[in-house]
Amino acid sequence: MSNLVILPILIPLFFGTMFIFFHNKLATVRLLSFFVLLINTATAVFIVYEVFSKGALILETGGWKAPYGIILIADKLSSLLILTTNIIALAACWYAGATLDEEREKHYFYTLFLILIAGVSGAFLTGDLFNLFVFFEVLLMASYGLIVLGATKIQLRESIKYVLLNLFSSMLFVTTVAFLYSVTGTVNMAQLAERVGDVQQKGVLTAIAILLFVVFGTKGALFPLYFWLPKSYTAPPPVISALFGALLTKVGIYSILRVFSLIFIYKLETTHTFFVILAGFTLVFGVIGALSTHNVKLIIAYNIIPAIGFMILGIGTFSSESLAGTIYYLVHDMIIKAALFFLAGILVYIAGTSDLRQMGGYIQKYPLVGWMFFLSALVLAGIPPFSGFIGKLLLLKGAFAEKHYMIAAIGLGCSLLILLSIIRIFIMAFWGEQKEVKRIKLKPGMVIPPLALLCFSIFLGIGAEWIYPHIQSIADGLANPSEYINEVLKAR
Amino acid sequence: MEILMCILGGALFAAGIYLLLQRQLLRIILGTALVSHGAHLLILTMGKLNRGAPPVLNEGIQHYTDPLPQALILTSIVISFGVTSFLLVLAYRAYQKNNTDMMDQLRGTEDE
Repeated sequence: MSNLVILPILIPLFFGTMFIFFHNKLATVRLLSFFVLLINTATAVFIVYEVFSKGALILETGGWKAPYGIILIADKLSSLLILTTNIIALAACWYAGATLDEEREKHYFYTLFLILIAGVSGAFLTGDLFNLFVFFEVLLMASYGLIVLGATKIQLRESIKYVLLNLFSSMLFVTTVAFLYSVTGTVNMAQLAERVGDVQQKGVLTAIAILLFVVFGTKGALFPLYFWLPKSYTAPPPVISALFGALLTKVGIYSILRVFSLIFIYKLETTHTFFVILAGFTLVFGVIGALSTHNVKLIIAYNIIPAIGFMILGIGTFSSESLAGTIYYLVHDMIIKAALFFLAGILVYIAGTSDLRQMGGYIQKYPLVGWMFFLSALVLAGIPPFSGFIGKLLLLKGAFAEKHYMIAAIGLGCSLLILLSIIRIFIMAFWGEQKEVKRIKLKPGMVIPPLALLCFSIFLGIGAEWIYPHIQSIADGLANPSEYINEVLKAR
Repeated sequence: MEILMCILGGALFAAGIYLLLQRQLLRIILGTALVSHGAHLLILTMGKLNRGAPPVLNEGIQHYTDPLPQALILTSIVISFGVTSFLLVLAYRAYQKNNTDMMDQLRGTEDE
């Protein structure tokens, strides 16, 4: 019993709501929301420290004992993701103050933003499948508001598709939870994990598992359900795209990771082999998308998809090594995607267009932005010693150990193409003949957030020796779910 | 009774998905409403339909109604109500701005 667990949800939710009442006092709101996120990050650091030193923190809400009430659980995986989320939120908050127009900021940007963070944190923390749906809705509701904020033509057009698709997949989620409830009689994840083994008709369960996978796959943008992502993520301003790209799809991946390492693990050869195949397609199609366009924002948005492919590859391979790779890659990708979206935002801001063919030679005027872009391209592609390399190394080692040679080869090939797609931006926009630029003085709020994230990402790579054992202990915990189950249900 | 409810839920799903595949925005939104009704009906049915029994499990009570599906439905209804009303407003704004409510004209081009 620890009330600490609910704080990462409660703090942003409370202040986000409060900001509705004085949304016109922009300077105060900006400063205060940065401060709120700072407190929230400190809380997350404390939770991580507690969890890694003493074990999972559990809150049984309303005092209802574990299988009956809703529980919130901060185990190692969720506490780490909460911390990463808050670091990104902190950077995004600063970046928003420097880049967003006042109209958008005044129209409840910070409210929606903080509620989004609350929803994401809740989805990471909950130990109840129906509650996961509820937190999905909280974060989706905030994201609906954010994606349409400003109401430009393209935003309105793309947000309709985004809302419709997510609404449909949410309804599918509810249906699946209903099915699962009728088969097992519970929605508590730990108890589900326990009862799944006793169910006689495994066929029904496998169907439910695949339905659930479709739901999370839609949210997480897996092949063939990624089609909605690139355009809708490029419609809003860069800071919102960064939040979406870094956090939203990753919640889908986290849910797959949680559900398919805890509950549906009785028939790995069906479900998880299916994941590996889908991972291959996701990788290939995502990379093709990234290479197909000259729109900077679209290139970055398409690059979300192969990253998802890598993570699913790790879940599909399902050894403790490949799971560690997935977690490493998950954290790495959250950080670097946010940084890349920020940098692309600056680039578009400088050039006044997102068309790569109309850019060139910016390195002379904006050397810092150029080199940051170059570094983040290397980090993203997984060049040693950066963090992408460690994740990919673990994933590929896992894949080779489990004899998935084909997918390992596809993964390696796609890494190169990812590097090509990103470095193409660097070559075309920063090298070559100098094209006309809008004379813009870079504010510290535009440069420092991506720089900080980049430094953090480099630390993830260079400090791997120090971080890796912790990640491996998370993966061992996932590969051995009885620990989680006992932790939650020990009160009985 | 459960079978009848399942058939009704299925019919709602089928009608909803048919509407979702239409081109006109308003029909699509009505489709999402029907699909969510189907889903809610399904939750109710999945908890087994019992009549005339208290929703508590206490000592001495053998026959009881499961209260959980109702709590789940209530949550889900509120959420889909909120999203549907948001979607209606969004569709209206999009219609005003883009001058069309046909999805095939809302596709968007490469150079924007």
